Amino acid sequence: MGAAEAPLLATARHGRELVFVGNGRWIAAQSLALEEAVRLGLAELEAGAVEAARVDLSGVRSFDTVGAVLADRLVRALEAAGVRPHVVGLERRFEPLLAEISHGCHQVPPEVRHINPVIGGLRVVGRTMVDVLADSRLFLSFIGAVTASLLRVLVRPLTFRWTSMVFHLERTGLRAVPIVALITFLIGCIIAQQGIFHFRKFGATTYVVDMVGILTLRELGVLIVSIMVAGRSGSAFTAELGSMRMREEVDALRVMGFDPNEVLVLPRLVALIIAVPLLTFLGSMCALFGGGLVAWLYGGISPEIFLARLKEAISMNTFEVGMIKAPFMAAIIGLIACMEGMRVGGSAESLGAHTTASVVKAIFLVIVVDGLFAMFFAAINM
Amino acid sequence: MQVNDTSAPIRSAARIAPATEPIISVRDVVVGFGDRIILNGLSLDVMKGEILGFVGASGGGKSVLTRTILGLVPKRSGTVEVFGQDLDTLNFAERRALEQRWGVLFQQGALFSSLTVKQNIQFPMREYLQMSQQLMDEITIAKVEMVGLQPDVVSKFPSELSGGMIKRVALARALALDPEILFLDEPTSGLDPIGAGEFDELIATLQQTLGLTVFMVTHDLDSLHTVCDRIAALGEGKVIAVGPIETMMASRHPWIVSYFHGKRARAAGFATEGRR
Repeated sequence: MGAAEAPLLATARHGRELVFVGNGRWIAAQSLALEEAVRLGLAELEAGAVEAARVDLSGVRSFDTVGAVLADRLVRALEAAGVRPHVVGLERRFEPLLAEISHGCHQVPPEVRHINPVIGGLRVVGRTMVDVLADSRLFLSFIGAVTASLLRVLVRPLTFRWTSMVFHLERTGLRAVPIVALITFLIGCIIAQQGIFHFRKFGATTYVVDMVGILTLRELGVLIVSIMVAGRSGSAFTAELGSMRMREEVDALRVMGFDPNEVLVLPRLVALIIAVPLLTFLGSMCALFGGGLVAWLYGGISPEIFLARLKEAISMNTFEVGMIKAPFMAAIIGLIACMEGMRVGGSAESLGAHTTASVVKAIFLVIVVDGLFAMFFAAINM
Repeated sequence: MQVNDTSAPIRSAARIAPATEPIISVRDVVVGFGDRIILNGLSLDVMKGEILGFVGASGGGKSVLTRTILGLVPKRSGTVEVFGQDLDTLNFAERRALEQRWGVLFQQGALFSSLTVKQNIQFPMREYLQMSQQLMDEITIAKVEMVGLQPDVVSKFPSELSGGMIKRVALARALALDPEILFLDEPTSGLDPIGAGEFDELIATLQQTLGLTVFMVTHDLDSLHTVCDRIAALGEGKVIAVGPIETMMASRHPWIVSYFHGKRARAAGFATEGRR
């Protein structure tokens, strides 16, 4: 825009008449300058009494919605001030646009009322509590619905989806073997290394075998595997079921007379309940192997001594405690994942939110239930 | 059966006549996926200021052509020129500048589900234009009213809108930057006949008001009849016929005959004299 060019909007006063002359390109790219020009032009209204106004837009060479809205703003402000402006000179091809814009009401609906932060905070707390209660009720009713489906299937085992179950068993079990083995192996190594490093000060290096044995078999094996499975398979279940819900596939099953819990949830749940104990066993063994390897290479405890010591340190009980917990953890992960999947609404955002919720809730509940089991086993001296 | 006046052309006689210079020019475009060739040497011109309806069998590549012009699908050979610029030769900045001059209405609306209607419409404005929030809000309301919605929808989320409203909001978003070309992918699919008729009318009005060039992929025979200046028919990966509705009616190509003289075409008020 050269300086020689006429201003976008020039204002002149002829007695009691205001004359606005528009020039140049009234388009979006000019919106800041244009808005300012309109504001300055309207400031003239304050300068003295005005009875008439003329808006001459014959110099406007290009004109889009932004230009039209601003021209309309000028006209409306003049009208509001009690002046009836005459708009003249606009090129014919631009007229329909200005006419269309001047029809509208332009009232920006008011934003949501501002809420007092204290009341807002209280409201959030209250709503969260209500949500937690509603969540628990939903979880209970979901458990009920799945149990009902399970009972129906138990009565007629042929209706169980074996193919689907085996498919999910492969995905959640077999395919998870490498990563589960690697992670638990590393955890075993780390525990042994830390144990040896600190126990050495007391000359109690061999006790590291007790620690690795009890810790991995009783607690860590099943916990690590559960957390891995919640992150790996739980999130996948939620996302699968959620996207099926988004595309109305679940509704399609229902109207065809299938029970979605029976077709979609049960095979996944059963697959997890089989897969997690197997993975827990594998994980515990890998952790023991890792611990033994580090004890040998770093602590100088030979494999013979390690095994002999391990025999004394752990009993069948230790192993059983870990293994008993595994199917319960699997059930928790599976139920949470499927429930969250079934709750996905219409939007992609909801799918993401429920997938996150599925993993977070599953891991949280796994740890809580592990604590409850610890109390229970302590009470029965196991 | 519909009363005849609903299918009469909406366009007024005083409308600006389409220019004869092409604004989109597609030459010998070949697009395929794997072994399947979808578009096989297709050529098509879209003239400035016209509404071009693009018809073809389902799965025949109508959407593929749109997506090829928009650069969403890679082509194997051929050229696409928009505003006289070959899309393959543009650098990043030129490409972005060009993309501001077209607007696209996707079949499902493709509104961003995490943003409100207002944020959806303002999204491109915020990115490309510098303007005050107040002006942006006013323009948003103006666009919303232009597409025939009440101003109070602006605070809603897409999941709270009906199918027809989603299409209108998506149209408002496509128009956010005052584009010169508007691409519509089956704009009336999923709408009831009344809603579809109103949408056709809306497109015709907006085309007049904003001086748009419209490229419309459609199956809707009423749309073709009432709003399109010219129609291009796709078959075997090529344009088999192009021209105003009369050309289509007169065509001898078997697919065009069954399309424009079928039962549904007659129900839509098309003349049947071609069936002799």
